[in-house]
Amino acid sequence: MAPVVRPPKPRLLRLLDFTAAALLIAATWMVFFYAPSAQAEAGGETQRIFYFHVSAGWVGMAAFITAALAGLIYLIRPNTKWDVFSVAAVEIGLVYSFINIATGSIWARPVWNTWWTWDPRLVTATVMELTFLAYLLLRQSIESPERRARFGAIYALLGSLTVPLTYLSIRIWRTIHPVVIGSGDPTAKGTFDMEPQMLHTLLFSLLAFTIFGITLLWHRVRLGWLADKVEQARMKAMRS
Amino acid sequence: MAKFRTYLTVVTQIVRKDLAVEWRSRQLLASMLVFALLVILIFNFALELDARARSELSSGVLWATFAFAGTLGLNRSMAIEKDGQAMDGLLLAPVDRSAIYFGKVIGNLLYMLIVALFTLPVYGVLYNVNLFNGGLFLVILLGAWGYSATGTLLAAMAMQARSREVLLPVLLFPLLIPVLVSAVRTSSFFLEGLESVYIWPNLNLLLAYAVIMPALGYMFFDFIVEE
Repeated sequence: MAPVVRPPKPRLLRLLDFTAAALLIAATWMVFFYAPSAQAEAGGETQRIFYFHVSAGWVGMAAFITAALAGLIYLIRPNTKWDVFSVAAVEIGLVYSFINIATGSIWARPVWNTWWTWDPRLVTATVMELTFLAYLLLRQSIESPERRARFGAIYALLGSLTVPLTYLSIRIWRTIHPVVIGSGDPTAKGTFDMEPQMLHTLLFSLLAFTIFGITLLWHRVRLGWLADKVEQARMKAMRS
Repeated sequence: MAKFRTYLTVVTQIVRKDLAVEWRSRQLLASMLVFALLVILIFNFALELDARARSELSSGVLWATFAFAGTLGLNRSMAIEKDGQAMDGLLLAPVDRSAIYFGKVIGNLLYMLIVALFTLPVYGVLYNVNLFNGGLFLVILLGAWGYSATGTLLAAMAMQARSREVLLPVLLFPLLIPVLVSAVRTSSFFLEGLESVYIWPNLNLLLAYAVIMPALGYMFFDFIVEE
C-alpha cells in the first residue's frame, strides 16, 4: 500500500485558522460583556444577536458577490480553478445567509411577536438563498464538467442580482425590518440607537466573521483543487 | 447602420420562423391557453374568489397564471430547436448569436401577450371585473418582456441539462420573483387607481429588470449555446 502523502498546509492558512478562532472568541466576549443591552423595544438582551446577524448577512452577501466575480473571471479565462472558487463561495454564502435568516428569526420572535413575516427584506433574503440553491441544482444536472462550470458561472452572475436587491430592499420598500445604519423607516419595528460600544462590537464582529469566512473559503477552495488533482491522477492511472 | 439592419432582419426572421412553426402545429398556444384557463379555475376554488376578494386578488391570480403558462412556452420554444438539432443549424448560420436570442425572446413575448390577450377578457367576464386599464397593459408588456428575456436565457441552459423541463422553473422563478412581485403590485395599484407616488418604486424595479435582463442575455447567450 502506498504511503499517504498529505499535501502541506500553507503556513498562512494555519495562521488564519488560529486568528479566526481567537477573533470569534473575542467577538463573542464583546457581544455578551462589552456591549450594553439595548432598550426593551429592540429586544433588550435578545438584541445581542444583532452583531452576529449582521456579520453573517454581510459575509453571505460578500460570498455570493465573490462567486459571481469568480464566475466572470472563469468566462473570460476558462480555468477550472475559478470554477472551484465560485462553487466554494456559493456554498459558504448559503450557510452564512442561512445563519443570517435563522438569527433574525430568533430575534423577531420576541420583538415582532412572530418567527416569520412576509416583509420585503425577509422575502428578498429568502429569494437570494433560493437562487443559490437552484445554482447547486443546476450544477448537479449537468454532466460535462466544462459546461457545468460555464453554466454555473452564468447563473452565479444572474443570481448575484438578488444581492443588491436584498441589500436595498429595506431602503426601497416600506418595511418592518430595522435600518440601524443610516436613516430608518418609521414603520420599522425594533430599531435602537447605536451606542459607541455597540458600534465597536459590531465592527469587531464584522472583522471576525470576515476573517473566518476567508479562512473557510480558503479551506474549501483548497479541498476543491485537491479533489481536482485526485480526479486527474485517477484519469491518468486509468489510461496507463 | 447596415449592420444594424442585418441584425434586425435576423431577429425578425427568427420570429417569423417560430410563428410559422407554431401556426402549422398550433400545439403550443392551444396548450398555453387551456392551461391558463385551468389555472384560473384552480385559483377560483383554492381561494374562493368572491366579489370582495376578487378585486384585491385579481392581479395576483393573473400574474400567477401568466407565469405558469409562460414556462410551457419557454420549454417548448427551446425544445423544438433541440429536437431536430435545429439549434445546430441556427448556430451554423453566419449571424450574430445574440440576434437568435432576441428573436427567441420576441417569440416568447408574443406567446405571452397572446395568452394575456385571451386571459384578460375571459377573466373579466367570469369574475365581473373591469380589466380594461392602460396602466395594466403597460405592466403586462413590461413584465412579459422581462419574463421572456430571463426565461429564454435560462431555457437555453436548462435544455442542455439532464432534467430539462423540470429544471427550468427551479432556475427561473427565484430570479423572476422580483419581477413578479413588482408586476403584481403595480397591476393592483393601477386597477385600484392609486396615485403614481405608490406606483413608481415598483414600476422602477420592473423597468430595471426589463433593461438588465436582456442586456445580460445579450452578453451571455453566446456562452450558453456554444458547444
